[in-house]
Amino acid sequence: MSDGARNGPLLEGVRRLGAVSLFLLQLLAQCLPSLARPRLLVHQIYNAGARSLIIIMLSGLFVGMVLGLQGYNLLQRFGSEQVLGTAAALGLLKELGPVITALLFAGRAGTALTSEIGLMRATDQLTAMEIMAVDPLRYVAAPRFLGGVIAMPLLAAVFSVIGLLGAQLIGVQLMGIDQGVFWSQMQSSVALRDVNEGIVKSLVFGGACSLIAVHEGYHAEPTAEGVGLATTRTVVASSVIVLLLDYVLTAAFL
Amino acid sequence: MTSPAAPQSAAPAEVVVEVRDVHYALGGRPIFSGLDLTVRRGRITAVMGPSGTGKTTLLKLITAQALADRGQVLVLGRDVAALSGAAVYAMRRRMGMLFQNGALLTDLDVFENVAFPVREHTDLPESLVRRLVLTKLQAVGLRGAAGLMPAELSGGMARRVALARAIVMDPEILIYDEPFVGLDPISLGVILRLIKHMNAALGITSVVVSHDVNELASIADDSYLLSSGRVAAAGAPAQLRASNSAAVRQFMTGSAEGPVPFHYPAPDYTTQLLAADES
Repeated sequence: MSDGARNGPLLEGVRRLGAVSLFLLQLLAQCLPSLARPRLLVHQIYNAGARSLIIIMLSGLFVGMVLGLQGYNLLQRFGSEQVLGTAAALGLLKELGPVITALLFAGRAGTALTSEIGLMRATDQLTAMEIMAVDPLRYVAAPRFLGGVIAMPLLAAVFSVIGLLGAQLIGVQLMGIDQGVFWSQMQSSVALRDVNEGIVKSLVFGGACSLIAVHEGYHAEPTAEGVGLATTRTVVASSVIVLLLDYVLTAAFL
Repeated sequence: MTSPAAPQSAAPAEVVVEVRDVHYALGGRPIFSGLDLTVRRGRITAVMGPSGTGKTTLLKLITAQALADRGQVLVLGRDVAALSGAAVYAMRRRMGMLFQNGALLTDLDVFENVAFPVREHTDLPESLVRRLVLTKLQAVGLRGAAGLMPAELSGGMARRVALARAIVMDPEILIYDEPFVGLDPISLGVILRLIKHMNAALGITSVVVSHDVNELASIADDSYLLSSGRVAAAGAPAQLRASNSAAVRQFMTGSAEGPVPFHYPAPDYTTQLLAADES
């Protein structure tokens, strides 16, 4: 920290970016060897993915319902409420699904990853592995990183599907849009490209959030305060990076 | 120093760890300034010293977690500073380490913790892994606890499980970092007996780092007392007790006054109290 103060925030930012990039390279090198223990990866997909399902589904439902209400209200002004299905689908698949899932993931799974790895560092478990000639990057970090990358698109897909059901619930059941129009408009206007955009985004977000969470945990100060700070940094950094990357990717896809 | 730690027997045992004139600083603060130390095969070597004298740092140097700024650390005949990443791991597979708090992997049960190095480094069939792990757990008296999670163990039990894990790959060197801290008298006795037993029955070379003088004296063959970055005294525990040096005597008898002052350096007491009144 004192180094950071001396170097100034810009230089410190560059230093951190360099450190994270180096860590990413080391992590990627260990991803393939870590697949030799598939049980670890499955466990991490369960941890990051299955355990986040309820919060993702609940949030997806409410976001979809809000989208249905706001969308209907807006489109009605132009007399085009029939396209609510398309609007909701594009909004969810391309933006809200990947972005909100990533933000929720950072808060739920990211913090859990950081504090878990940070506590493993604080209780010498990572050092013990190194002494037992087992690389903690391969055994601890890589499966958690891969688990996050795999879980994120799946979670985003679930979010979007539930969100669509929420939008349908409001638009069709409450506001009275025709069921057939709602779905057929969506089917004719949403292209595979739109779905792909969402998948690519959530893959990138999954990589970024998992990398930040694992990196912060791995390099956390081995104290109660250090782990707490690392967990906070995970949420803040992940949220900002996700929104920044979202802009970059959206621009790239247009 | 005239190698006072060397055994008096006819043929001196092979040197397993040799620390030669090591200098090491952490964050600008010198920890070691010219440390020399020798660990011989099949013996229990105790490294003692007040808190903060770099005992744990010494273990980091021996296990190649840290590299000396100057000087050499030779483990099993090879300079650890010259080893590649793979060679460091190969060297570590020949040693075991018992951490202060056990450092058991909290997401695995006792059995899997002990099996961990075996599963990672070998492709032994499950039946053999099982037999190996149960044998080691039996040796530390915790075969019955195989199904427990680390959170369910007492401090002493956790350390015994960690000991079973440290010996499961049959290491040549076993390193103990403060093995007696925070143990009740029964657990402490058990750990002491186990260290002695591992050394005698399995012929493992042991390095025990601790500040519990009496416990160490009862099992150590050779001992070193660290102070201000170097070896203040070396020899059999009895020799250390008989030392004339004030620093050694203070440590061995645990008196509050001596070369290591009771008070942390501070401004004059009266002046500071009066200043507090004025403000």
